[in-house]
Amino acid sequence: MSRHRNVRALNYEDDYYDEDDVYGHSVEDNYCISPGTAEQFTFDRDRNVALANYMDEQEVIHEEEEPGEELTQHRVSHDPARPTLSEIDEARLNSCLDEVRSVLGDSVPEHVIVEVIVRHNFSIEGAFNELLNQQEAPKPQREPRDNRRNRSQGEKSSSASTTKVATKPDEFPVSKPAVILQSPKPKYPSDATKPQLQTSDPVDNVKVDLKSLNVSSQSSQKVADNKNSMLSSDIKPDDSQVPLTLKPDIEAISAKGGVNVAKPEKDCLTVDNVDSGVGERVDGNSLQATPKKERFIPPLPKSSSKSKYEKFDLKQEYKKRNSSKEMLNLVVIGHVDAGKSTLMGHLLFKLGKVNQRTMHKYEQESRKIGKSSFMYAWVLDETEEERARGVTMDIAQTQFETPSKVITLLDAPGHKDFIPNMITGTAQADVAILVVNATTGEFETGFESGGQTREHALLARSLGVQQLLVAVNKMDTVNWDPSRYDEVVKKLGQFLKQAGFKEGDTSYVPVSGLAGENLAGPVKEARLAEWYKGSTLAEQIDKFRPVVRPVDKPVRVILSDVFKGLGAGLTATGKVVSGAVQLGDRLSVMPAGEYTVVKGISINDEAVNFAFAGDHVQIVFTGVDITNVGVGSVLCDCQTPVVCASRILARVVLFNLEVPITRGFTVIFHYQTVTEPAILKKLVSQLNKSTGEVVKNRPKCLTKNSSAVVKNRPKCLTKNSSAVVEIELEYPVCVELYKDNKELGRFMLRSSGHTIAAGLIEEVLKTKTKDGTE
Amino acid sequence: MKLVSRELDKGGAGYVTMIPEEAEDMWHAYNLVGVDDTLQSTTIRKVSNETSTGSVSVNRVRTTLTIRIETIEWDTQGCVLRVKGRNIQENQYVKMGAYHTLDLEMNRKFTLGKNEWDSIALDRIELACDPTQRADLAAIVMQEGLAHLCLITPNMTLLRAKLETNIPRKRKGSCSQHDKGLAKFYDQIIQAILRHVNFDVVKCLLIASPGFVKDQFMEYMVQQAVKLDYKMLTDNKSKFVLCHSSSGFKHSLQEVLQDPSVSTKLADTKATSEVKALDDFYQMLQNDPSRAFYGVKAVEKAAEHQGVEMLLISDELFRSMDLKARRRYVRLVDQVKEAGGDVRIFSSLHVSGEQLGQLTGVAAVLRFPMEDEESDQED
Repeated sequence: MSRHRNVRALNYEDDYYDEDDVYGHSVEDNYCISPGTAEQFTFDRDRNVALANYMDEQEVIHEEEEPGEELTQHRVSHDPARPTLSEIDEARLNSCLDEVRSVLGDSVPEHVIVEVIVRHNFSIEGAFNELLNQQEAPKPQREPRDNRRNRSQGEKSSSASTTKVATKPDEFPVSKPAVILQSPKPKYPSDATKPQLQTSDPVDNVKVDLKSLNVSSQSSQKVADNKNSMLSSDIKPDDSQVPLTLKPDIEAISAKGGVNVAKPEKDCLTVDNVDSGVGERVDGNSLQATPKKERFIPPLPKSSSKSKYEKFDLKQEYKKRNSSKEMLNLVVIGHVDAGKSTLMGHLLFKLGKVNQRTMHKYEQESRKIGKSSFMYAWVLDETEEERARGVTMDIAQTQFETPSKVITLLDAPGHKDFIPNMITGTAQADVAILVVNATTGEFETGFESGGQTREHALLARSLGVQQLLVAVNKMDTVNWDPSRYDEVVKKLGQFLKQAGFKEGDTSYVPVSGLAGENLAGPVKEARLAEWYKGSTLAEQIDKFRPVVRPVDKPVRVILSDVFKGLGAGLTATGKVVSGAVQLGDRLSVMPAGEYTVVKGISINDEAVNFAFAGDHVQIVFTGVDITNVGVGSVLCDCQTPVVCASRILARVVLFNLEVPITRGFTVIFHYQTVTEPAILKKLVSQLNKSTGEVVKNRPKCLTKNSSAVVKNRPKCLTKNSSAVVEIELEYPVCVELYKDNKELGRFMLRSSGHTIAAGLIEEVLKTKTKDGTE
Repeated sequence: MKLVSRELDKGGAGYVTMIPEEAEDMWHAYNLVGVDDTLQSTTIRKVSNETSTGSVSVNRVRTTLTIRIETIEWDTQGCVLRVKGRNIQENQYVKMGAYHTLDLEMNRKFTLGKNEWDSIALDRIELACDPTQRADLAAIVMQEGLAHLCLITPNMTLLRAKLETNIPRKRKGSCSQHDKGLAKFYDQIIQAILRHVNFDVVKCLLIASPGFVKDQFMEYMVQQAVKLDYKMLTDNKSKFVLCHSSSGFKHSLQEVLQDPSVSTKLADTKATSEVKALDDFYQMLQNDPSRAFYGVKAVEKAAEHQGVEMLLISDELFRSMDLKARRRYVRLVDQVKEAGGDVRIFSSLHVSGEQLGQLTGVAAVLRFPMEDEESDQED
């Protein structure tokens, strides 16, 4: 390549002069050319010579513009063609010009606008009418193809200019008769006679025209160009349709006094009101109307028509999928070292999800570092750190199938420092397996107040998990003693009932993760087979009841991870919480408020065309910078975007507290995948835990079971009470109210490593702080 | 701070001349100056001279000015104090009543005059001039993808760097992005340490995180320090102390300072004693809510009955522009002191002070239980 660069960098002038030395001139000439002579007779490319000076005056204005040359157009040139006006008129003209520009951009050459404005006696309305009609009227056509070719060839020779001048008058419809906007649409009926064209074409057409309207960089020539090419394929019928769709958009824009439409959602709605029905096109409009260049999404005729086709199918697809196998998100929770990863790793191995060779590799490697008992855990613990320490640190996600279900498995960490990660995992799950360690002493440590068995179970319940399967693990260490099993079941049963799990929704299975007993397939261990006749772990998982998902609700995809994937755009993983997504969908990214197009969806590393509520997806999307998206961002419907709140009113239930909560207490707010610092701004009232009645208004603090005393404003909140509080978040977080969406209306509060409360979002309050998200 | 001279009359009016010696002293100065006080300091002023012919020449002159303070500006992180007011002592360059903004600078003498030096202000001077109160400490609280680097001086917690990076999660079959992201994050922290921590002053650097992040980081840092020859890190390896925190947010610094293993090391720093006092308050609230009050009115009432054992009060309240309000708080403090109570003035720059500020700024642990009046709680 360097060779080419050399050539490019070569100073041709030097070469020419050298040649001149040899061929062109006498020796004296070389040195004795006076500067004056040189200026007069030599042509210097380096000087900014306007070639137009050498040609006819009209020639200055637009030739076929390449996109790269747009800049020259933007300059407010003082056109020689501008009529001479008095000072006042000049000022009026300028203000009109600005107005027109702000709407039309540079799609119409200045001199045309000037002319029109003057003709309408500086009336903006009139000028608009005429100009917009001109847009819609037959565009300046590009000269016929052969002609052009001739010209481009001719251009090489110096004689080209004459042909250009000749074609000139045709190119600009300056004095076209003005057609008023509301004119009858003569060709409209003809459109109806061509239904097969209708599907794809209007969309294209609108997009092209809007583009010329709003995106200033597009020249009118370009539009003509696009149109031309389009018309060549499908004759003329839709031309007349343009004003129809154009109008609302313009109204939307001019109503706000310019192109700088700040709130895209609003715009979306106005447009929607006018031509409701064609969802795809509405989206397109709103996108085009946004001022930012990044948000501009080039028209995708192909995908839009394709996605429209799919949209039709979504409900059927969903039914189809439901009829085959139920999707279920399963989280595995429990105290640290209860054997969660090992149990699930072994289960995956038994179900054939991990091949023999990999397992052998893990066995070898884990033995090498002296942790051979962790070999099954390695299936899920993949980072070096996790393996070296033998502790799961972050959620591991994988998938397996049972006879009637497709299970997405989320393996949560048990260590108390990683509870934030566990919360993100549990928030995405429908059902849970609680793993407890049956070993003498171990169960007790996990179960007592410092242990995570309790905390995890409470968290899971508060996060909306209703069905729980308890796997009593490591039964081999207690010789498969049925009395131990019963003891554990009894103790846990009591607690789980208290925690709010219904008895019918909890089930118990004795297992051994390391030995692989009672996971899948018949029981081999004689000591267990003696007394246990129930189902195996896999069978029990299969028995989970299916979950009803809000597929009909607006789309919400909560992102749990964002990274740069292969190819263009960003890749994110997350869960579709409600609604359905498909390829080509235009969604908005909150809280950034940016727009994006879904370019790819994959579930479990398989590319798919659509995903429904409940799916864990990997989404590729474009049009947004990575700095604007992060964990906790939500992809949502443009028309019903998710609410961003930095101040919320919530009903909370307090857990075991070490210190009471007062106002001004700093907590960490866990909501879905987000963790955000927050402050309890106000204690609004204390509630009676069982009845939900207001016990105290505006408590000073929330205290333990003080329901007997009816008091205004208690001063602090302590153990096991329930209250309404106001929470202020450091950064805005996308939330949904509990009454709108049960799953998304829940959150957890933690402080100094303890979960202190679970809450339901009741209301989003207006922010008093600087960034007005409201 | 160096106290140069002090001239106070019986009523408490008078002048104090001081020389600030370090950044912390600027904080003290900020807490001392108030609107309507007089401040004298040398400064540079642009003076324009008009000659008889009408030509104007502008030169910068160093001169000593005395102003009556109107507004005070304080940059928390940069420790710069700018005081604006009108000139009250005419000299050859500056007319009476002309506005001027004095920048208080390190090692430059200033004289502050007040009509009334109250006990809080005098205590503050004493505190500022006490050379024994030095324990400079740096702390990093972190979690995966988020780190705060703070410098903790007796009266200030300065956030020097906040690092936030997006670290891709581990995914099935691919951890490389996670590892890469993590390494990048650690590199950023190392750079922040090199840039912001002066190991000549800092005696100890705490690294706090949940889980194993701290260990992992420490290992990585030592590795990098050897590899890239960061002398500063390898020489000061002994100053790094690992401890536990529940998250990487700034407020978990409080937990770190509460940690017994850390607090014994930093025994006498104001930061840890404040954290402890606040913790005591909360414990009391838990065990016996009628012995823990907060809110000015409630506490005042308790103080009237001589019931306050320990008063926690934020210094923010004394910077109040309203002289009446300030008097009220000063009276409260004096009252508690007279009754033999313990008064802790929290620095609003510390995390614990921030929290106290959220809690109305005044809280008290009482000697005996009292009925609290709930109707006038909110302010």
